[in-house]
Amino acid sequence: MKELMMILVGAAFVNNVVLSQFFGLCPFLGVSKQVKTAASMGAAVIFVITISSAVASLIYDFILVRFHLEYLQTIVFILVIAALVQLVEMFLKKASPGLYQALGVYLPLITTNCAVLGVVLQNVQKEYVFTGMGWNALLVSVVNGFGTALGFTIAIIIMAGIRERIAYNDIPKPFQGAPIVLLVACLMAIAFFGFSGLI
Amino acid sequence: MNGCLERLYNGIVKENPTFILMLGMCPTLAVTTSAFNGLGMGLSTMAVLVVSNLIISILRNVIPDRVRIPAYIVIVASLVTVVQLLIQAYIPELYDALGIYIPLIVVNCIILGRAEAYASKNPPLLAAFDGIGMGLGFSIALACMGFFRELIGAGTVFSGTPFAYSLPEVYEPVSIFVLAPGAFLVLALIIAFLNAMNIENNGRKKVEGCDGACGNCGKVETCDKRRRSK
Repeated sequence: MKELMMILVGAAFVNNVVLSQFFGLCPFLGVSKQVKTAASMGAAVIFVITISSAVASLIYDFILVRFHLEYLQTIVFILVIAALVQLVEMFLKKASPGLYQALGVYLPLITTNCAVLGVVLQNVQKEYVFTGMGWNALLVSVVNGFGTALGFTIAIIIMAGIRERIAYNDIPKPFQGAPIVLLVACLMAIAFFGFSGLI
Repeated sequence: MNGCLERLYNGIVKENPTFILMLGMCPTLAVTTSAFNGLGMGLSTMAVLVVSNLIISILRNVIPDRVRIPAYIVIVASLVTVVQLLIQAYIPELYDALGIYIPLIVVNCIILGRAEAYASKNPPLLAAFDGIGMGLGFSIALACMGFFRELIGAGTVFSGTPFAYSLPEVYEPVSIFVLAPGAFLVLALIIAFLNAMNIENNGRKKVEGCDGACGNCGKVETCDKRRRSK
Protein backbone atom coordinates (compact mmCIF):
# COMPACT_ATOMS: atom_id res chain seq x y z
CA MET A 1 0.00 0.00 0.00
CA LYS A 2 2.81 2.35 0.94
CA GLU A 3 4.55 1.71 -2.37
CA LEU A 4 1.37 2.49 -4.29
CA MET A 5 1.08 5.82 -2.44
CA MET A 6 4.68 6.59 -3.35
CA ILE A 7 3.99 5.90 -7.02
CA LEU A 8 0.84 8.02 -6.89
CA VAL A 9 2.53 11.03 -5.26
CA GLY A 10 5.61 10.61 -7.42
CA ALA A 11 3.58 10.62 -10.62
CA ALA A 12 1.32 13.50 -9.58
CA PHE A 13 3.81 15.93 -8.00
CA VAL A 14 7.47 14.97 -8.13
CA ASN A 15 7.57 14.01 -11.81
CA ASN A 16 4.66 16.19 -12.86
CA VAL A 17 3.82 15.26 -16.47
CA VAL A 18 3.49 18.78 -17.76
CA LEU A 19 6.04 20.69 -15.76
CA SER A 20 8.92 18.26 -15.62
CA GLN A 21 8.33 15.77 -18.43
CA PHE A 22 6.62 18.09 -20.93
CA PHE A 23 3.83 15.68 -21.89
CA GLY A 24 0.48 17.13 -22.84
CA LEU A 25 1.67 20.66 -23.42
CA CYS A 26 -0.75 21.37 -26.26
CA PRO A 27 -3.88 21.21 -24.09
CA PHE A 28 -1.94 22.73 -21.19
CA LEU A 29 -1.25 25.85 -23.24
CA GLY A 30 -4.37 25.72 -25.40
CA VAL A 31 -7.24 24.89 -23.05
CA SER A 32 -6.14 26.78 -19.94
CA LYS A 33 -7.92 30.10 -20.45
CA GLN A 34 -10.71 29.37 -17.95
CA VAL A 35 -10.75 27.28 -14.80
CA LYS A 36 -14.04 25.63 -15.75
CA THR A 37 -12.93 24.28 -19.13
CA ALA A 38 -9.54 23.38 -17.69
CA ALA A 39 -11.25 21.29 -15.00
CA SER A 40 -13.39 19.49 -17.64
CA MET A 41 -10.29 18.75 -19.67
CA GLY A 42 -8.55 17.43 -16.57
CA ALA A 43 -11.48 15.17 -15.75
CA ALA A 44 -11.56 13.79 -19.28
CA VAL A 45 -7.83 13.11 -19.19
CA ILE A 46 -8.04 11.31 -15.82
CA PHE A 47 -10.81 9.16 -17.22
CA VAL A 48 -9.04 8.21 -20.44
CA ILE A 49 -5.54 7.73 -19.02
CA THR A 50 -6.71 5.49 -16.18
CA ILE A 51 -8.67 3.22 -18.50
CA SER A 52 -6.07 3.15 -21.25
CA SER A 53 -3.24 2.27 -18.85
CA ALA A 54 -5.24 -0.75 -17.75
CA VAL A 55 -6.16 -1.88 -21.25
CA ALA A 56 -2.72 -1.23 -22.73
CA SER A 57 -1.08 -3.05 -19.84
CA LEU A 58 -3.24 -6.13 -20.48
CA ILE A 59 -2.64 -6.06 -24.23
CA TYR A 60 1.10 -5.66 -23.78
CA ASP A 61 1.38 -8.46 -21.24
CA PHE A 62 -0.88 -11.03 -22.89
CA ILE A 63 -0.58 -10.32 -26.60
CA LEU A 64 2.61 -8.45 -27.46
CA VAL A 65 4.95 -10.21 -25.02
CA ARG A 66 3.30 -13.58 -25.60
CA PHE A 67 3.94 -13.44 -29.35
CA HIS A 68 7.23 -11.47 -29.17
CA LEU A 69 5.80 -8.44 -30.92
CA GLU A 70 7.14 -5.78 -28.54
CA TYR A 71 8.47 -3.71 -31.42
CA LEU A 72 4.89 -3.04 -32.53
CA GLN A 73 4.06 -1.33 -29.23
CA THR A 74 3.86 2.24 -30.57
CA ILE A 75 1.40 1.33 -33.31
CA VAL A 76 -0.70 -0.91 -31.09
CA PHE A 77 -0.86 1.57 -28.20
CA ILE A 78 -1.90 4.54 -30.32
CA LEU A 79 -4.64 2.46 -31.94
CA VAL A 80 -5.83 1.23 -28.54
CA ILE A 81 -5.97 4.81 -27.27
CA ALA A 82 -7.81 6.09 -30.34
CA ALA A 83 -10.34 3.26 -30.15
CA LEU A 84 -10.74 3.71 -26.41
CA VAL A 85 -11.40 7.43 -26.67
CA GLN A 86 -14.05 6.68 -29.27
CA LEU A 87 -15.55 4.01 -27.02
CA VAL A 88 -15.56 6.24 -23.95
CA GLU A 89 -17.23 8.92 -26.03
CA MET A 90 -20.01 6.60 -27.18
CA PHE A 91 -20.48 5.17 -23.69
CA LEU A 92 -20.71 8.58 -22.04
CA LYS A 93 -23.13 9.83 -24.68
CA LYS A 94 -25.50 7.01 -23.77
CA ALA A 95 -24.90 6.61 -20.04
CA SER A 96 -24.26 10.13 -18.82
CA PRO A 97 -25.29 12.83 -21.31
CA GLY A 98 -24.58 15.53 -18.71
CA LEU A 99 -20.91 14.66 -18.41
CA TYR A 100 -20.68 14.17 -22.18
CA GLN A 101 -22.01 17.68 -22.73
CA ALA A 102 -19.59 19.12 -20.18
CA LEU A 103 -16.54 17.53 -21.81
CA GLY A 104 -17.69 18.42 -25.30
CA VAL A 105 -14.98 18.70 -27.92
CA TYR A 106 -12.15 17.95 -25.46
CA LEU A 107 -12.94 14.25 -25.38
CA PRO A 108 -11.95 13.38 -28.98
CA LEU A 109 -8.93 15.69 -28.75
CA ILE A 110 -7.40 13.53 -26.03
CA THR A 111 -6.21 11.00 -28.62
CA THR A 112 -3.46 13.40 -29.63
CA ASN A 113 -2.58 14.33 -26.05
CA CYS A 114 0.88 12.87 -25.74
CA ALA A 115 0.41 12.42 -22.00
CA VAL A 116 -1.75 9.36 -22.73
CA LEU A 117 0.69 7.62 -25.05
CA GLY A 118 3.56 8.81 -22.85
CA VAL A 119 2.18 7.19 -19.70
CA VAL A 120 1.38 3.95 -21.44
CA LEU A 121 4.88 3.73 -22.93
CA GLN A 122 6.42 4.65 -19.60
CA ASN A 123 4.53 1.87 -17.82
CA VAL A 124 6.27 -0.55 -20.15
CA GLN A 125 9.63 1.21 -19.89
CA LYS A 126 9.55 1.16 -16.09
CA GLU A 127 8.85 -2.58 -16.36
CA TYR A 128 5.43 -2.57 -14.76
CA VAL A 129 4.87 -5.80 -16.68
CA PHE A 130 3.32 -9.16 -15.93
CA THR A 131 6.52 -11.20 -16.27
CA GLY A 132 8.17 -9.18 -13.50
CA MET A 133 5.45 -8.53 -10.93
CA GLY A 134 2.42 -10.70 -11.82
CA TRP A 135 -1.04 -9.20 -11.45
CA ASN A 136 0.41 -6.34 -9.42
CA ALA A 137 1.65 -4.95 -12.74
CA LEU A 138 -1.92 -4.09 -13.70
CA LEU A 139 -2.57 -2.33 -10.40
CA VAL A 140 0.69 -0.39 -10.49
CA SER A 141 0.12 0.67 -14.11
CA VAL A 142 -3.34 1.97 -13.28
CA VAL A 143 -2.11 3.83 -10.18
CA ASN A 144 0.75 5.36 -12.16
CA GLY A 145 -1.66 6.41 -14.91
CA PHE A 146 -4.13 7.88 -12.45
CA GLY A 147 -1.39 9.78 -10.61
CA THR A 148 0.00 11.20 -13.83
CA ALA A 149 -3.43 12.35 -14.96
CA LEU A 150 -4.02 13.87 -11.53
CA GLY A 151 -0.78 15.81 -11.89
CA PHE A 152 -1.91 17.05 -15.28
CA THR A 153 -5.25 18.19 -13.87
CA ILE A 154 -3.64 20.02 -10.95
CA ALA A 155 -1.19 21.80 -13.25
CA ILE A 156 -3.78 22.85 -15.83
CA ILE A 157 -6.21 24.14 -13.18
CA ILE A 158 -3.50 26.20 -11.47
CA MET A 159 -2.44 27.55 -14.84
CA ALA A 160 -6.03 28.49 -15.73
CA GLY A 161 -6.43 30.27 -12.39
CA ILE A 162 -3.29 32.32 -12.99
CA ARG A 163 -4.28 33.11 -16.58
CA GLU A 164 -7.71 34.34 -15.46
CA ARG A 165 -5.91 36.80 -13.19
CA ILE A 166 -3.27 38.05 -15.62
CA ALA A 167 -5.86 38.55 -18.38
CA TYR A 168 -6.41 42.12 -17.15
CA ASN A 169 -2.79 42.93 -16.36
CA ASP A 170 -0.73 45.42 -18.30
CA ILE A 171 1.73 43.09 -20.05
CA PRO A 172 4.45 44.49 -22.37
CA LYS A 173 3.35 44.07 -25.98
CA PRO A 174 5.95 41.49 -27.14
CA PHE A 175 5.11 39.29 -24.15
CA GLN A 176 1.37 39.19 -24.75
CA GLY A 177 -0.08 35.82 -25.71
CA ALA A 178 2.17 32.77 -25.68
CA PRO A 179 5.33 34.22 -24.04
CA ILE A 180 3.64 35.29 -20.81
CA VAL A 181 1.95 31.88 -20.53
CA LEU A 182 5.33 30.18 -20.98
CA LEU A 183 6.85 32.44 -18.33
CA VAL A 184 4.08 31.46 -15.92
CA ALA A 185 4.78 27.80 -16.73
CA CYS A 186 8.47 28.45 -16.03
CA LEU A 187 7.70 29.82 -12.56
CA MET A 188 5.31 26.92 -11.88
CA ALA A 189 8.03 24.46 -12.90
CA ILE A 190 10.43 26.09 -10.43
CA ALA A 191 7.76 25.85 -7.72
CA PHE A 192 7.20 22.17 -8.49
CA PHE A 193 10.91 21.57 -7.98
CA GLY A 194 10.07 21.96 -4.31
CA PHE A 195 8.40 18.54 -4.40
CA SER A 196 11.53 16.78 -5.59
CA GLY A 197 12.75 16.15 -2.04
CA LEU A 198 9.48 14.44 -1.17
CA ILE A 199 10.40 10.91 -2.20
CA MET B 1 9.64 24.59 -59.14
CA ASN B 2 8.56 27.92 -57.68
CA GLY B 3 5.85 26.19 -55.75
CA CYS B 4 8.42 23.95 -54.09
CA LEU B 5 10.63 26.87 -53.07
CA GLU B 6 7.57 28.68 -51.76
CA ARG B 7 6.79 25.61 -49.61
CA LEU B 8 10.31 25.66 -48.14
CA TYR B 9 10.10 29.39 -47.33
CA ASN B 10 6.64 28.88 -45.87
CA GLY B 11 7.81 26.10 -43.56
CA ILE B 12 11.00 27.73 -42.36
CA VAL B 13 9.93 31.36 -42.01
CA LYS B 14 6.31 32.23 -42.63
CA GLU B 15 4.63 29.39 -40.77
CA ASN B 16 7.50 28.13 -38.66
CA PRO B 17 5.84 25.26 -36.77
CA THR B 18 7.48 26.07 -33.43
CA PHE B 19 7.75 29.82 -33.19
CA ILE B 20 4.69 30.90 -35.21
CA LEU B 21 2.20 28.02 -35.13
CA MET B 22 3.25 26.73 -31.67
CA LEU B 23 2.84 23.08 -32.66
CA GLY B 24 4.76 20.09 -31.34
CA MET B 25 5.60 21.71 -28.04
CA CYS B 26 6.44 18.51 -26.15
CA PRO B 27 9.66 17.61 -28.00
CA THR B 28 10.54 21.28 -28.41
CA LEU B 29 10.79 21.74 -24.68
CA ALA B 30 11.79 18.26 -23.56
CA VAL B 31 14.77 17.28 -25.70
CA THR B 32 16.46 20.63 -26.30
CA THR B 33 18.86 20.28 -23.38
CA SER B 34 21.68 20.38 -25.95
CA ALA B 35 22.05 21.53 -29.53
CA PHE B 36 22.89 17.99 -30.70
CA ASN B 37 19.75 16.50 -29.15
CA GLY B 38 17.58 19.28 -30.55
CA LEU B 39 18.96 18.82 -34.04
CA GLY B 40 18.65 15.02 -33.80
CA MET B 41 15.01 15.29 -32.76
CA GLY B 42 14.33 17.84 -35.49
CA LEU B 43 15.84 15.69 -38.22
CA SER B 44 14.09 12.49 -37.04
CA THR B 45 10.77 14.32 -37.07
CA MET B 46 11.59 15.72 -40.50
CA ALA B 47 12.31 12.24 -41.88
CA VAL B 48 8.94 10.99 -40.65
CA LEU B 49 7.18 14.14 -41.86
CA VAL B 50 8.55 14.03 -45.41
CA VAL B 51 7.75 10.34 -45.95
CA SER B 52 4.34 10.54 -44.29
CA ASN B 53 3.39 13.60 -46.35
CA LEU B 54 4.50 11.76 -49.50
CA ILE B 55 2.58 8.57 -48.71
CA ILE B 56 -0.56 10.37 -47.59
CA SER B 57 -0.49 12.57 -50.66
CA ILE B 58 -0.14 9.55 -52.96
CA LEU B 59 -3.00 7.79 -51.17
CA ARG B 60 -5.17 10.89 -50.84
CA ASN B 61 -7.73 9.67 -53.38
CA VAL B 62 -7.76 6.11 -52.03
CA ILE B 63 -8.34 6.71 -48.31
CA PRO B 64 -12.05 7.15 -47.56
CA ASP B 65 -12.83 10.46 -45.91
CA ARG B 66 -14.48 8.99 -42.81
CA VAL B 67 -11.54 6.88 -41.68
CA ARG B 68 -8.78 9.23 -42.77
CA ILE B 69 -7.51 10.16 -39.29
CA PRO B 70 -7.02 6.54 -38.12
CA ALA B 71 -5.39 5.78 -41.49
CA TYR B 72 -2.98 8.70 -41.09
CA ILE B 73 -2.15 7.64 -37.54
CA VAL B 74 -1.31 4.10 -38.65
CA ILE B 75 0.93 5.39 -41.46
CA VAL B 76 2.72 7.79 -39.11
CA ALA B 77 3.09 5.21 -36.33
CA SER B 78 4.65 2.68 -38.74
CA LEU B 79 7.14 5.27 -40.00
CA VAL B 80 8.02 6.30 -36.45
CA THR B 81 8.71 2.68 -35.54
CA VAL B 82 11.03 2.40 -38.55
CA VAL B 83 12.88 5.59 -37.59
CA GLN B 84 13.11 4.46 -33.96
CA LEU B 85 14.69 1.13 -34.93
CA LEU B 86 17.11 2.88 -37.32
CA ILE B 87 18.26 5.35 -34.65
CA GLN B 88 18.61 2.55 -32.12
CA ALA B 89 20.82 0.64 -34.53
CA TYR B 90 22.99 3.41 -35.97
CA ILE B 91 23.06 6.33 -33.47
CA PRO B 92 22.68 4.63 -30.05
CA GLU B 93 23.83 7.73 -28.12
CA LEU B 94 21.00 9.77 -29.66
CA TYR B 95 18.58 6.94 -28.89
CA ASP B 96 19.57 7.04 -25.21
CA ALA B 97 19.33 10.83 -25.06
CA LEU B 98 15.91 11.10 -26.71
CA GLY B 99 14.43 7.99 -25.07
CA ILE B 100 10.66 7.93 -24.86
CA TYR B 101 10.32 11.06 -26.99
CA ILE B 102 11.11 9.11 -30.17
CA PRO B 103 7.93 6.98 -30.10
CA LEU B 104 6.07 10.14 -29.07
CA ILE B 105 6.78 11.63 -32.52
CA VAL B 106 3.54 9.81 -33.44
CA VAL B 107 1.48 12.31 -31.50
CA ASN B 108 3.47 15.35 -32.63
CA CYS B 109 0.72 17.68 -33.86
CA ILE B 110 2.93 18.98 -36.70
CA ILE B 111 2.80 15.66 -38.55
CA LEU B 112 -0.95 15.02 -38.31
CA GLY B 113 -1.54 18.73 -38.83
CA ARG B 114 0.39 18.83 -42.12
CA ALA B 115 -1.22 15.57 -43.25
CA GLU B 116 -4.68 16.97 -42.67
CA ALA B 117 -4.05 20.55 -43.79
CA TYR B 118 -1.74 20.06 -46.76
CA ALA B 119 -0.78 16.55 -47.86
CA SER B 120 -4.36 15.31 -48.14
CA LYS B 121 -5.19 18.05 -50.68
CA ASN B 122 -2.03 18.45 -52.76
CA PRO B 123 0.12 16.45 -55.23
CA PRO B 124 3.02 14.31 -53.89
CA LEU B 125 5.95 16.54 -54.95
CA LEU B 126 4.56 19.66 -53.29
CA ALA B 127 3.57 17.65 -50.22
CA ALA B 128 7.10 16.28 -49.90
CA PHE B 129 8.56 19.77 -50.15
CA ASP B 130 6.04 20.97 -47.60
CA GLY B 131 7.37 18.23 -45.32
CA ILE B 132 10.98 19.30 -45.96
CA GLY B 133 10.16 22.96 -45.29
CA MET B 134 8.22 22.28 -42.10
CA GLY B 135 10.83 19.76 -40.98
CA LEU B 136 13.67 22.22 -41.54
CA GLY B 137 11.74 24.95 -39.75
CA PHE B 138 11.22 22.60 -36.81
CA SER B 139 14.87 21.41 -36.82
CA ILE B 140 16.21 24.97 -36.93
CA ALA B 141 13.93 26.02 -34.09
CA LEU B 142 14.96 23.04 -31.95
CA ALA B 143 18.67 23.45 -32.68
CA CYS B 144 18.36 27.15 -31.84
CA MET B 145 16.69 26.41 -28.48
CA GLY B 146 19.20 23.67 -27.75
CA PHE B 147 22.08 26.01 -28.62
CA PHE B 148 21.02 28.69 -26.13
CA ARG B 149 20.11 26.24 -23.37
CA GLU B 150 23.36 24.32 -23.70
CA LEU B 151 25.46 27.48 -23.96
CA ILE B 152 24.01 29.12 -20.86
CA GLY B 153 23.20 25.99 -18.87
CA ALA B 154 26.33 23.91 -19.45
CA GLY B 155 28.79 26.33 -21.03
CA THR B 156 29.27 24.13 -24.10
CA VAL B 157 27.93 23.90 -27.65
CA PHE B 158 27.45 20.68 -29.64
CA SER B 159 29.37 18.76 -26.99
CA GLY B 160 30.08 15.15 -27.94
CA THR B 161 30.37 15.98 -31.65
CA PRO B 162 33.40 16.99 -33.75
CA PHE B 163 32.17 20.61 -33.65
CA ALA B 164 32.31 20.81 -29.87
CA TYR B 165 33.06 24.18 -28.36
CA SER B 166 33.13 25.15 -24.73
CA LEU B 167 33.26 28.48 -22.96
CA PRO B 168 36.37 29.35 -20.91
CA GLU B 169 36.50 27.82 -17.43
CA VAL B 170 35.79 31.17 -15.79
CA TYR B 171 32.17 30.83 -16.89
CA GLU B 172 29.94 29.36 -14.18
CA PRO B 173 27.11 27.40 -15.90
CA VAL B 174 23.56 28.40 -14.91
CA SER B 175 22.27 24.85 -14.66
CA ILE B 176 18.58 25.81 -14.38
CA PHE B 177 18.65 26.42 -18.14
CA VAL B 178 19.12 22.72 -18.88
CA LEU B 179 16.40 21.82 -16.35
CA ALA B 180 12.66 22.03 -17.00
CA PRO B 181 12.05 25.73 -16.11
CA GLY B 182 14.84 26.82 -18.45
CA ALA B 183 12.99 25.29 -21.41
CA PHE B 184 9.90 27.40 -20.77
CA LEU B 185 12.00 30.50 -20.13
CA VAL B 186 14.11 30.23 -23.31
CA LEU B 187 11.07 29.57 -25.53
CA ALA B 188 9.19 32.49 -23.94
CA LEU B 189 12.12 34.85 -24.53
CA ILE B 190 12.67 33.72 -28.15
CA ILE B 191 8.99 34.19 -29.03
CA ALA B 192 8.88 37.55 -27.24
CA PHE B 193 11.97 38.63 -29.20
CA LEU B 194 10.36 37.61 -32.52
CA ASN B 195 7.17 39.45 -31.51
CA ALA B 196 9.17 42.57 -30.72
CA MET B 197 10.87 42.41 -34.13
CA ASN B 198 7.49 41.99 -35.80
CA ILE B 199 5.95 44.94 -33.98
CA GLU B 200 8.89 47.11 -34.98
CA ASN B 201 8.64 46.07 -38.64
CA ASN B 202 4.91 46.74 -38.69
CA GLY B 203 5.49 50.24 -37.41
CA ARG B 204 8.03 50.95 -40.15
CA LYS B 205 5.94 49.65 -43.02
CA LYS B 206 3.07 52.05 -42.33
CA VAL B 207 1.56 53.47 -45.51
CA GLU B 208 2.19 57.16 -46.07
CA GLY B 209 -0.42 59.42 -44.55
CA CYS B 210 -1.68 56.72 -42.17
CA ASP B 211 -3.23 58.12 -39.03
CA GLY B 212 -3.69 54.75 -37.41
CA ALA B 213 -7.45 54.66 -37.92
CA CYS B 214 -8.21 52.29 -40.78
CA GLY B 215 -11.95 53.04 -41.06
CA ASN B 216 -12.14 55.29 -44.12
CA CYS B 217 -8.61 54.80 -45.45
CA GLY B 218 -8.53 54.13 -49.20
CA LYS B 219 -5.33 52.12 -48.96
CA VAL B 220 -6.81 49.36 -46.82
CA GLU B 221 -6.09 46.61 -49.35
CA THR B 222 -2.38 47.36 -49.67
CA CYS B 223 -1.71 48.30 -46.06
CA ASP B 224 0.45 45.81 -44.20
CA LYS B 225 -0.84 46.69 -40.77
CA ARG B 226 -4.43 46.22 -41.75
CA ARG B 227 -3.80 42.91 -43.45
CA ARG B 228 -2.05 41.53 -40.40
CA SER B 229 -4.86 42.45 -38.05
CA LYS B 230 -7.47 40.70 -40.19
